Amino acid sequence: MVLNCKHVWREISNYIEGTVDPGMREAIETHLAHCRHCAAVLDSTRNILVLVADDRTFELPIGFSDRLHTKLSEVISAIPPGG
Amino acid sequence: MIVRILSGERELFHVLIRPYEKTLFFVAFSLLRNAEDAEDAVQEAVMKAYKALPRFRSESKFSTWLASIVLNEARGRLRHDRIVTFESVDASPDPDEDFAPAVIADWREVPSQSLERKEVREMIQQAIAALPAIYREVFILRDVQDLSISETAATLGIADGLVKVRLLRARLMMQKCLAPKLQTGRGGMFGFLRKGVGASWF
Repeated sequence: MVLNCKHVWREISNYIEGTVDPGMREAIETHLAHCRHCAAVLDSTRNILVLVADDRTFELPIGFSDRLHTKLSEVISAIPPGG
Repeated sequence: MIVRILSGERELFHVLIRPYEKTLFFVAFSLLRNAEDAEDAVQEAVMKAYKALPRFRSESKFSTWLASIVLNEARGRLRHDRIVTFESVDASPDPDEDFAPAVIADWREVPSQSLERKEVREMIQQAIAALPAIYREVFILRDVQDLSISETAATLGIADGLVKVRLLRARLMMQKCLAPKLQTGRGGMFGFLRKGVGASWF
């Protein structure tokens, strides 16, 4: 199986997920070994996903949890579940 | 724990929801794109979940059930505020356009320490906010909150395959938006940060 760049892009998300079949994986890796552009697309996408998943990228608003549980306490003390 | 809550130990509901607070917030935020609105939606949804707890069926995961309630609350607020614009679901005028990443010659890793910089965090947040809603939802659930494909699908009420399609497009849109800004080289984020104080990780 010989892939061009567009084929690789269409599979890149599944490749990152590790859900492509062995034949496709081998074809992608053969292409990546010879295409620096697709290798850079893969590396940059993976890098961005690492940054996105980092706890520092998105933080809860200060006091979010306290406000939620304060309001919840009012409801819990007033009515039972299903009430 | 749910059985105990329903049997009268109501306070345990606090413990039950605590692990999911961050996910719930970002589920709401993914649609509403405003922290204050997202917080209001989560509060309202959690109260609804408490009241609806007897109707929870254990064949679904509690976290998925809870996130679905938050998602519905957020969607309801969007409809109410008429914020939402109808977006193409899975087709675009040029389907290939969705699959086109930023083609770059090489990539030098951007270390996680760069997230100490507010500019970098805001750049990423803005890129996510700019995604169309259907892509933003799956991206936040899967790639920000680390839900599995199946959990993302269950939360959104869509098929696993559709999650994968949307995730591909979301990831490539993110790469297309961010890679040129973050990549090494003239005019990129590295060049900008090298000039800054405290950018020693470069």
